[in-house]
Amino acid sequence: MSNKDNWKIWEIFIRSRNGLSHKHVGSLHAPDAEMAIKNARDVYTRRSEGISIWVVPSESITASSPDETEPLFTPADDKVYRHPTFYDIPDEIGHM
Amino acid sequence: MYLRDFYGKAIARIFVTESTVKIMTKETSLEDRFQQYVDGENKVEPKDWMPEAYRKTLIRQISQHAHSEVVGMLPEANWITRAPSLRRKVALLAKVQDEAGHGLYLYSAAETLGADRMDLIKDLLSGKAKYSSIFNYPTPTWADMGAIGWLVDGAAIANQVMLCRTSYGPYARAMVRICKEESFHQRQGYEIMMTLARGSEAQKKMAQDALNRWWWPSLMMFGPTDDHSPNSAQSMKWKIKRKSNDELRQEFIDKTVPQAEFLGLRVPDDALRWNEERGHYDHGEIDWEEFYNVIKGNGPCNKQRMDARNKAHDAGAWVREAANAYAAKQAQKKQSSAA
Ligand SMILES: [Fe+2]
Ligand SMILES: [Fe+2]
Repeated sequence: MSNKDNWKIWEIFIRSRNGLSHKHVGSLHAPDAEMAIKNARDVYTRRSEGISIWVVPSESITASSPDETEPLFTPADDKVYRHPTFYDIPDEIGHM
Repeated sequence: MYLRDFYGKAIARIFVTESTVKIMTKETSLEDRFQQYVDGENKVEPKDWMPEAYRKTLIRQISQHAHSEVVGMLPEANWITRAPSLRRKVALLAKVQDEAGHGLYLYSAAETLGADRMDLIKDLLSGKAKYSSIFNYPTPTWADMGAIGWLVDGAAIANQVMLCRTSYGPYARAMVRICKEESFHQRQGYEIMMTLARGSEAQKKMAQDALNRWWWPSLMMFGPTDDHSPNSAQSMKWKIKRKSNDELRQEFIDKTVPQAEFLGLRVPDDALRWNEERGHYDHGEIDWEEFYNVIKGNGPCNKQRMDARNKAHDAGAWVREAANAYAAKQAQKKQSSAA
């Protein structure tokens, strides 16, 4: 068994219907993008789960590191003024 | 000589103590934090820090699970060409195809932990890796398709529903997807049993015979009793497992016995009776010798399954090669047209 059997890994994104975004559903192996789409059809949409497929080589994805979670995301935590409930509007104004 | 020895040892001891303490406190606090995180019902994701043993346990468990889905196709594939009607044939074909999909979801989940799929598959093909011992039993009659869907998928569902809440995110997500698909597997199996149980004397006998053969191996699918399952405690602590083997087995028995009664079939256990006080069925002793024997490779079909798997893998080599050649050619074409 040679290593060339080991096709590269693709991340699969599926749009379940128009109006919704593509959503990550998992990964699979394929020799190229075209085959990745064919495989994704069989592996992830056997029960009409989608109408559109994106395939992305896993190696092309750059992810933030869990170690950076604090510096990246905590600055947003104390900015309550970015939320509508921070502002006092009298009830008689109605929904705003 | 004496002095050098003495100092040498003394210095070495101080050195080891200091660095070991440093490493140990660091490791301990990371592991403590991990445990607290898991205790808080938080999911662990691929890039998060995790204890090496947690990673190894998961890779072993998820890959064994994947192998079971893949080998699990064999006993049923045996009947696809001989299904008694087109309705049964498309159902069985779809079920077996689902099991292939389950294997793929699980290999993907194992890969998020840094495992290489080809390594895992090599371990399966060489016989180094384990898979569920249930698939080493033969399927001599059509009723076995009913019994497998009803009992084997039923037992798998009990385990997999629990695993939907496992602490490792990608494994839990694969399980949610799998559980959605499993319910059809069990229903198509039970429907086969129902048709046979309500059929001619010969058909009813065939259904009973299948139940007789699959009942005990199905109970063994949950693994050894809790007091003989040494790794369970750690897995429960890490919330990889959420219920013990015996708990799951009891759940399965309680659910399945009434279903057998509905079919008018007899569960092959003389000790089986409802225990009012416990609110559960009591059951007879499981033949653990048989269980360990099958795991060791001495089941009725271990060799047959491994041979079939290897044959399929080898026979598929040209497809993988052709796909590679085609991909390379397409890439080259694209490149030369761009130039
Ligand atoms: Fe399955
Ligand atoms: Fe299944």
